[in-house]
Amino acid sequence: MSLAKERGQENGRKGFFINLLINRAIELEEKVPKIAVSFTINGEPKEILVQPWQTLLDAMRDELLLTGTKEGCGNGNCGACTVILNGRAINSCCMLAVEAEGQKIITVEGLATNGKLDPLQQAFISHGALQCGFCTPGFLMSARAFLNVNPHPSEHEIRLAIAGNLCRCTGYDKIVRAIQAVAQGEA
Amino acid sequence: MKPFSYVAPKSLQEAFQVLAKASGAGQVRALVGGTDLIDQVRQNRRTPSVVMDVKRIPEMMRLDWIPGEGLHIGAAVPCTDTAAFPTVTELYPSIQESCGLVGSTQIQNRASIGGNVCNSAPSADTVPPLISYSARAVIIGPRGRREVPLETFFTGPGQNVLAPDEILLETIVPPPPPNSSGHYLRFIPRNEMDIAVVGIASMIVLAPRSSQCTQARIVLASVAPTPVRARAAEAVLEGKTITAALIQQAGEAAVEAAKPITDVRGTIEYRKELVKVLTRRTLGLCMDSLGRKV
Repeated sequence: MSLAKERGQENGRKGFFINLLINRAIELEEKVPKIAVSFTINGEPKEILVQPWQTLLDAMRDELLLTGTKEGCGNGNCGACTVILNGRAINSCCMLAVEAEGQKIITVEGLATNGKLDPLQQAFISHGALQCGFCTPGFLMSARAFLNVNPHPSEHEIRLAIAGNLCRCTGYDKIVRAIQAVAQGEA
Repeated sequence: MKPFSYVAPKSLQEAFQVLAKASGAGQVRALVGGTDLIDQVRQNRRTPSVVMDVKRIPEMMRLDWIPGEGLHIGAAVPCTDTAAFPTVTELYPSIQESCGLVGSTQIQNRASIGGNVCNSAPSADTVPPLISYSARAVIIGPRGRREVPLETFFTGPGQNVLAPDEILLETIVPPPPPNSSGHYLRFIPRNEMDIAVVGIASMIVLAPRSSQCTQARIVLASVAPTPVRARAAEAVLEGKTITAALIQQAGEAAVEAAKPITDVRGTIEYRKELVKVLTRRTLGLCMDSLGRKV
């Protein structure tokens, strides 16, 4: 969460525009220089300006408008913010945007290729592996990173791989079935 | 949250320049995985002025085994890499086990043993196995380099011996003694993703071709302000032939070192009972690994 958002909440959630004003005021007041950071996201090179404390999650959502990645707990417990960093699943809420310099990131927006869904996305649909859908991008990214290194896992391995993702709707079974289907080439 | 500035030195010399300007405790905070630090900063539990990302310093990423000297684990090496390192899987099973217990896959991909050590939580999973193998912490700063036994690194919850201008460079784990085995178990009320109610690392050395214990290390987590050795339990085992009855006795003795508190994760009584059970189980696993099931 950005400093402005946090202060905005402390001020009783007076609204988006007040947050923007607070944000601007803080920047002027504290003269915090923004830092330029460049990285590759979903195959595209990007350069953005970020505050030192801005998380990768906030930078992706607020600066790049890639809002597929969600913030759940904001402290590394729920996995809703999972993205793939240099081939590995990580929580983007626990990483500063400035740390992404020179790194390769894939978000849920980067899973489909040429308008064709990733087999995992298709399997989640055909197995009904989601209800509200808020946790789904995180599950997809954890599962994708996992299957890339372990294409034929056991059910136990799948459950371990998604242990860092919480879902309050499905009871997990359908998510596990969807991932199994992809691993078995049935999707 | 207090605003901070970010630096990512590419060498130890650059890092020393940043540290030399640190005038107070906690002003400069090293960043590796961020899985503790970023949340703590956002919750105002730590308020550094400078966050120093140490992942671009090559020495911090060192992971290497030198026969006769031991295993060097750079402070910024992710748990995932440490757990997969062939020497770790062959020689230090309890280190591998503990790295696989730190949070989720996402956390293990970013968090390091060095970060777990410097965060200095009494519940840190990677610490008891390291202490059981007599690991040393290598501390550096502009004033020089020093080594301390990891056992003496911790001074309280979230606190350690690092001066404001010092950082952890690496932990060095001596080669495990011949005919030894170590295992780590922790108890949590679910299967994954929780903080240890109690964690126990045991390491035993047996005399050649016998069940006689020549050295024992039992280290407890989450039952005192810092990780602690259960010296009374070690004394029960050392010099004796390990039997089921002796393991039972060691479990009882381990409770002496436990000074737990009652909190959301468990009561004092519950934690003391867990110390007995996990001490017995880890010792049993060590004997199994040595081919001397009891």
